[in-house]
Amino acid sequence: MSKQSATVETSYREALKEAIREAMTRDERVFLMGEDVGHYGGCYAVSKGLLAEFGPERIRDTPLSESAFVGAGIGAALGGMRPIVEVMTVNFSLLALDQIMNNAATIRHMSGGQFNVPLVIRMATGAGKQLAAQHAHSLEGWYAHIPGIRILAPATLEDARGMLWPALLDPDPVLIFENNTLYNLEGTLPENAVAVDIDKAKVMHTGNDLTIISYSASLFKCLDAAKALSREGVEAEVIDLRTLRPLDDATYLASIAKTHRALIVDEGWRSGGISAEISARIMEQAFYELDIPVERVCSAEVPIPYARHLEEAALPQVDTIIAAAKRMVSHG
Amino acid sequence: MGEFRMPSLGADMETGKLVEWLVKPGDRFKRGDIVATVETQKGLFEVEIFEEGIMGEPLVQAGQRVPVGTVLAVTHPEGAVAVTESTMQAPPGETAGKPSGPLETLSAPAATPPQPSLSAERVPCSPSARRLAAELGVNIEDVRGTGPHGAIQRTDVEMAAHHPAAPAETSVPSPTAPATSGTLQEGMRQAIAAAMSRSNREIPHYYLEMDIDMSRTLKWLEGENLKHPIRERILPAALLLKAVAKALQDVPELNGYWLDDHLQVKPEIHIGFAVALRGGGLITPAIHNVDRLALSELMKAVGDLIERTRAGRLRSSEMSDGTMTVTNLGDLGVRTVFGVIYPPQVALVTFGRIMERPWAEGGMLGVRRCVTATLAADHRATDGHRGSQFLDALDRHMQHPEAL
Amino acid sequence: MNSTIDREHAIDQLRMMLLIRRFEEKSAELYSASKIRGFLHLYIGEEAVAVGVMASLAPEDGVVATYREHGQALARGVSANRIMAEMYGKQEGCSRGRGGSMHIFDAATRFYGGNAIVAGGIPLAVGLALAEMMRGCNTVTCCFFGDGAVAEGYFHESMNLAALWKLPVLFLCENNLYAMGTAIRYTQAAPDIAAKGAAYGMKATAVDGMDVVAVEGAARAAADHIRKGNGPYLLECRTYRFRPHSMFDTELYRTRDEVNQWKKRDPIDLLARRLYDTGGFNDQDMDVLEQSVAVEVEAAVAFAEAGTLEPVEDLTRFVNSERSDA
Repeated sequence: MSKQSATVETSYREALKEAIREAMTRDERVFLMGEDVGHYGGCYAVSKGLLAEFGPERIRDTPLSESAFVGAGIGAALGGMRPIVEVMTVNFSLLALDQIMNNAATIRHMSGGQFNVPLVIRMATGAGKQLAAQHAHSLEGWYAHIPGIRILAPATLEDARGMLWPALLDPDPVLIFENNTLYNLEGTLPENAVAVDIDKAKVMHTGNDLTIISYSASLFKCLDAAKALSREGVEAEVIDLRTLRPLDDATYLASIAKTHRALIVDEGWRSGGISAEISARIMEQAFYELDIPVERVCSAEVPIPYARHLEEAALPQVDTIIAAAKRMVSHG
Repeated sequence: MGEFRMPSLGADMETGKLVEWLVKPGDRFKRGDIVATVETQKGLFEVEIFEEGIMGEPLVQAGQRVPVGTVLAVTHPEGAVAVTESTMQAPPGETAGKPSGPLETLSAPAATPPQPSLSAERVPCSPSARRLAAELGVNIEDVRGTGPHGAIQRTDVEMAAHHPAAPAETSVPSPTAPATSGTLQEGMRQAIAAAMSRSNREIPHYYLEMDIDMSRTLKWLEGENLKHPIRERILPAALLLKAVAKALQDVPELNGYWLDDHLQVKPEIHIGFAVALRGGGLITPAIHNVDRLALSELMKAVGDLIERTRAGRLRSSEMSDGTMTVTNLGDLGVRTVFGVIYPPQVALVTFGRIMERPWAEGGMLGVRRCVTATLAADHRATDGHRGSQFLDALDRHMQHPEAL
Repeated sequence: MNSTIDREHAIDQLRMMLLIRRFEEKSAELYSASKIRGFLHLYIGEEAVAVGVMASLAPEDGVVATYREHGQALARGVSANRIMAEMYGKQEGCSRGRGGSMHIFDAATRFYGGNAIVAGGIPLAVGLALAEMMRGCNTVTCCFFGDGAVAEGYFHESMNLAALWKLPVLFLCENNLYAMGTAIRYTQAAPDIAAKGAAYGMKATAVDGMDVVAVEGAARAAADHIRKGNGPYLLECRTYRFRPHSMFDTELYRTRDEVNQWKKRDPIDLLARRLYDTGGFNDQDMDVLEQSVAVEVEAAVAFAEAGTLEPVEDLTRFVNSERSDA
């Protein structure tokens, strides 16, 4: 940033709320609907206060009927509105998967380009709060399988604040995955924070020894790992994917061309996950850059357990990332 | 006249079995009438007709299974005289076979799975290191891997490029890129020196020489080459190599190694082909199975080998598994070459320049294009008699280029 | 015939039903000839429903259709040429050949698809109506679905949501007694569908779906109710399809006799008879209608035959918006 501007103390939650507030103010077609977004203030308090500010027409509490209100969001988008639909967690979004997959993602293609669906769906994802196996999975990689939708995974305050507006400007459906451990993340943002790019991955820490590719909450574990590695003389480059579909291949491939080693850290499961996809793309496009096989640190292949020690063991952690990185650079 | 065809009753239907005709020849029918029943995997369907007219003779009988679209019967417009279409080709019935076309072209894939290209003994090496080695002209075979499972990584290649290992006394010269560094040049010179000294010290050479008339062969070759574009033309060197391979088939004792005081005849004929490097030095990578290559393939292999040798991109196996060697110094104008055998090989054939010479035959003196072939052979493995047989065979094969 | 029904309008209705009938008969023929592929679901027997309901809608209203939607699309005013071209997979088709028989979309008539997930279109209609209401438009969004859809959660969630938010949705149930090949008595504990609307607090009625005049009357009443801001309305049209569920169907689940009984109440015959009875309409008039319909169907086939295939290089178009069409 060339100019110093005033900054404000904020949190991931507040940044999200500010983004919604900004969008609702800028465009009267924008409205928020979902379970408990109004009177309750949002399951994660993201929309707290917005009902009083914008009224029940635009902050709509819905019944517990994910398939109907996600479908209604698609219909409203078709009808010229710019809905933001909040689904409480990614696990619940499976009740609406039919609407997301069979309608939101297909209508544009199926209608030969006549109709498009400018819809944003936000949902909480991820483990780490001992919420067990029906509230804590990371299924954004699944959604990234589907052509016709865009998948965003904001990790930073900047992205929490800046991704919503460009998502609403996208003429096609956008799913935003908010890791539930990030809502309390605090820090500073420029007072006049602006929309961010939603096409490119970002290098968050530079280094020449290996490339660590991650996104969402795992990003911070990777950054902590990179700091620890640096103290031992290993310089890791950490990349925040930010957008899981379409993947920005160029950024991580450029990094691998420099480091010749790639480690993917993903809170999703390993089998058939987004980490597998990225690994395949590295093989396809950067095979001759590799000096060692691609490695992955992913969640253990279990439903996320409740007990803290088991949950921690199931997830990628700073020490498992460090161990993998060290293993990869230990030979030459 | 119309045609009533086996209808498509669903996207997955390819054939249908005509179960029953519900109309007889001569019956009138109108649009929407059910005229037959057809069985598919889904069950029994009543089949309607979408026109009016009079039914002709059925071409498919009840019980036959036919592909969708097959004409089941010819129909005639109201008032027309029914004609028997004796020339109408009967559609394939159940016994006549399956629908042709797509099914035939979808033949089973080749029974043999693709051969893995990696040999079991392949040195593990990272893709990036392999590429770097090629760029730096480092032979992967000479690099000691320090990665997981002994894999060669980039640092290993860099290390090798800066500090090339001195070749072991018994090794053949290593391929290196032209003039990458003085150290490499020196390393190669030392390797050649070691191999040649050992050869002269250990191998009792004997030499046999023969002039071969190439006139007929070259004429044939020129005629052949006229038929092909420039890039597909064949040079005399390919003929010489092929003829050597053929002669080795006749005299296999010259194709092999002298190891542990024994001659090991090699069943495959991999001919080492001496390539001079632009920056000095000499490499003799092998062309594999020369006896089995057509001249055009051999030509391509020679071109490829020279190019890769000079670019420093030889495969390690090509460096170490020649079963005998050919040196052709004809380009330089030399007439006769007395070479030194590369141990543990037991023979070396050298060719000088192909040049016009006076040639006496049948009491007549003429001018012919000739080449002098010299055989250097290891007397421990063979003697002059076998050597003569080899050169005789070589001459014989050279005179029949069309069989090469 | 009811003197309040305009004769010209009745003839238009008759012609539209005939067009649907002949268009679909032709479609069946073309399917048998492999010109049309995929699934093909015919509306024959149910024409009075679409024709009666569409007459009650204004051009600015929206329609969400089912996968048995050729009749719905034709009655809504989607071009027969473009529907046929769509079934041919040609780029002149309404969905450029990307949808086929089950996915007829038409922006010009606000026709939101051909939806082939049973009941999947119902929440879309709820959302469309929500958008209309929030934008201050006094329109109706008409959502077609069958009796099979009533068993899906979508139906119940959407009825609740629409009634809760008093959305301008006309829930239009085409009850043809069979969810594919399973009779409603095997799938519904309480088979009175209209009664379910009442349970969600919305007005609901049932009507004879073979009688286009009755359907139109009921649909107009429903639309008026909605336009007055009274919230959604469920209209159950009791009808019957004369043809199999799709071209795959051997109709093991119903008797020829049952089909024939219903055919006695063919919606086309019912309306034609009324016109004959009231005078001023005779065989000659009927022939004129048949001929004009035949010309239109043949023209649609010719249009589809002459259509072109979209270049394969354009395969991935319309997956995401392009800058040029955004």
